[in-house]
Parts: sequence; structure tokens; C-alpha cells
Amino acid sequence: MNKILFSSLSKKFVMALAGLFLLFFLPVHLIINLMLLKSNPEPFNRAAHFMATFPVIKIVEVVLLLAIIIHITWGILLQIQNWFARPVGYAGGNKSETSFFSRFTIWTGASVLTFLVLHFFNFYFIKLGFVPGNPDDFYSVAHSLFKVPAYNYIYLTCFALLGLHLYHAFSSAFQTLGLNHRIWTPVVNVIAWVYAIAIPAGFAFISLTLWLFR
Amino acid sequence: MNLKLKIWRQKNAGAKGNFATYRMEDVSPEMSFLEMLDALNKKLVEEDKEPVAFDHDCREGICGSCGMYINGHPHGPVPAVTTCLLSMRYFSDGDTIWVEPWRAKPFPVIKDLIVDRSAFDKIQIAGGFISINAGAAPEANSILAQKKNADAAFDSSICIGCGACVAACKNASAMLFVSAKISQFALLPQGRIEAKERVREMVEKMDELGFGNCSNTGACEAECPKEIKLTNIARLNREYYKAF
Repeated sequence: MNKILFSSLSKKFVMALAGLFLLFFLPVHLIINLMLLKSNPEPFNRAAHFMATFPVIKIVEVVLLLAIIIHITWGILLQIQNWFARPVGYAGGNKSETSFFSRFTIWTGASVLTFLVLHFFNFYFIKLGFVPGNPDDFYSVAHSLFKVPAYNYIYLTCFALLGLHLYHAFSSAFQTLGLNHRIWTPVVNVIAWVYAIAIPAGFAFISLTLWLFR
Repeated sequence: MNLKLKIWRQKNAGAKGNFATYRMEDVSPEMSFLEMLDALNKKLVEEDKEPVAFDHDCREGICGSCGMYINGHPHGPVPAVTTCLLSMRYFSDGDTIWVEPWRAKPFPVIKDLIVDRSAFDKIQIAGGFISINAGAAPEANSILAQKKNADAAFDSSICIGCGACVAACKNASAMLFVSAKISQFALLPQGRIEAKERVREMVEKMDELGFGNCSNTGACEAECPKEIKLTNIARLNREYYKAF
């Protein structure tokens, strides 16, 4: 049974499910972040408070953290196995036609992880009490962060790379789950494009607005 | 045409290999790639040098023996052909051609361009078969199969096990090969009887042999000389989850 639970396909199955859950979470996060554009801090702080205290959301938060941990752990482990599977590379290069961004998923993922660590220090660890700060006024925390040019550079770069990660990840998750269909797979691929552009663009819009126009 | 060949030379499995440079003159565009290598080997023998070792058998694109990584592509830059059917007319006068063996941990180099592909046989032995009583040929219509499934099973079954999918994949994954072997049985009623054991055993063997993991890049499908489709991999995934 262990062999089945920890086989390459099972790891990828769990990774795909965790990834899809994260894909559902991102638009929710974006909608809340859009409240940062309001001059009144109340709606954003209320939403943040609701997300931090509502019991059902607390359960979702645990699932979300598990999804992040599993997705990252399995992703790194599978990649290490992949590197071991080809100890000697090709002198003539690898010129096979592939979906371009799929070649760099581990690196785009690594940049997202770097941002996630920064993001946890700036917000989530304040909420948990690990880092000093006021968890009831994340609006001010966010506004002050977006005034720092270096933070915006990192933020915008990471979200651009997240877009590349999402484009491959979205359609790849469906293939991994075995959900391939003559009609629906092309539709999923189009949605993947739209999602991979719209979500990072939404976050980037907030960053640029607060940095340059407020 | 005149060509410069950069060919991987390796005395044996344990030896350290390197690229040797050979110049070929007056190569006919009507030659196949293997005929061009035959001409090179003839020249090397005449010069009392060790000929280049490479795998080949039918030279008709159906046995899966020949396999070389040519200028960044398994079986060369032309889609849907094996090395033996790769015509020299696709190259130009003055070209430098890099020729390498498949590179994957489960496919160790035996000599020069020959790799040991018995890992594929081991995966097949693990479950790529149906258990039947041998005897007289049964009545063809006693077990009915849908035409579209029979056609799809046939399309999967034309995999020749050459290993180009593994060679092309950046992760050296064998998923396209395994998925073709799973699909050819999964789509037919005769194959359903042992479907669960088959997929479990074959995936377990694939992992054990050290192939990489599929990350859905699609390189395998692009390079497969028999045009095996990625839909087979989705089917393999489905079959595996159903086998729990």
C-alpha cells in the first residue's frame, strides 16, 4: 500500500489537487486585496478580520497551509528525482518542441516560494503573533509596504513569474488528474491563459496603483 | 554534401566517453542517416580504426532498435521518423551534426551510441500482457469490442519501444511508453480483466528503475516516431487512480 501511496503518480495526483485548491484561493485573495484601493481602511480590515476569525475559514486555512506544504514538498522531491534520472545531459542541447513555460516550472515555483516567505513575515506571522505588528490594521501595513520601491520590484517580478507558473500548472493539473477531453481540454487551456494573465495582473494593478498613484 | 560529425565515442559501459570529430565528404542526399554512418564505418575500418557502434535492425522504422539523439532531437529533427528512415536530404552542405546516445539513468550506455534499453522490457514483464490459454485461434467475434476503442487501442499499440520519449523528456520520464502499453490493453475487453494489477505493477516498476516524473511538457509526443499521443498519459493516470 505504501508503494501505491508514495508512487510517482500518487505524488503528482496529490500535488495537482493541492495546486487546484491554491488556484481557487488566489481569486479570493485578490478580491480582498482590491479593497486596499479604497481610501477607507475599514472594508479591508473587516475582511481580513473575518478571514482570520470565522470558524469555517479557520478550517480552510489549515487545508490551505497543508496544500502549500504538500505542493512544495512533493514538487521539490519529484524535481530532485528528475535531475537524478538524467545524470548526463546532451551536448547538442534539447530542442524538442514543448510547452515553453513547462520547462521552468520548478524555477517559477521557487520564486513564488521566495515571495511566500516574505509575505508570511509581512502578514501571516503577525497574525499568528510570531512577528510584532498590529493584526487589526493590515491595511496600513500593506499601504506602507507598497510605498517601498524595492518591495514593489520584488512583488511585480514574483507575480510575473507566478503567471508563468500558473499557465502551465492550470492545464497540467487536469492532465495529471486524467481529465483529458477532446472538447474540454482546449477550453481548459484557454481558461489557463486567461487565469494566468488576469490574476497576476490584478495583484500588479494594486501594487502599481498604491506605489505610484497614492 | 560535406558534413562534420561530432559523435559520442565510449569504449564500454564503465569507460569515460567523449565526442570525436569526423569529416564526411560527398554524402548523397538520398542516403538514410544509418547508411551515412555505414559509409563512415567503412572509412574507419579501411583506416584501421574502431567503427562507431550503433543499434539497428529492420531499417524500416518498425523495430525500434535504432535510436540516436541528433542535433538536439531523438531520431533527428524530422517529426515522426526513426533514425533509420531519416533522410540525409534534411541536412545541408557544411552542417555540423551532433550524434549522441539516449541519456537517461535507466538507459546506461553500453558502447558509443548503443544504450541498454532492457528497462523497457522489465516494465513490460511487470504487467504488459494478458493471461490467456494458448491454443487454437479463438472465434474473432466471441468477445465484442467497440470499433472506436479497437482503433484507439491499435494507435497505442504501434509504440515500438524505441525510447525516444525518455530521451526527449527533460525529466527522462517513461510515461508515454508505459501509457501506450497500458492503453492498448485498457481499451479492449480482454485487457480489462487484469487492468488494475497491470497498471500498479508497471508504474511500480517504472518508478523502481529510476525514470523521472512526467511534468506534462509534451516533448515525448512531439518526438515520438509513431506519434503516440499525450491522451495516453491521461488514460494511464485515470487507470492508476481507478486501481486503488
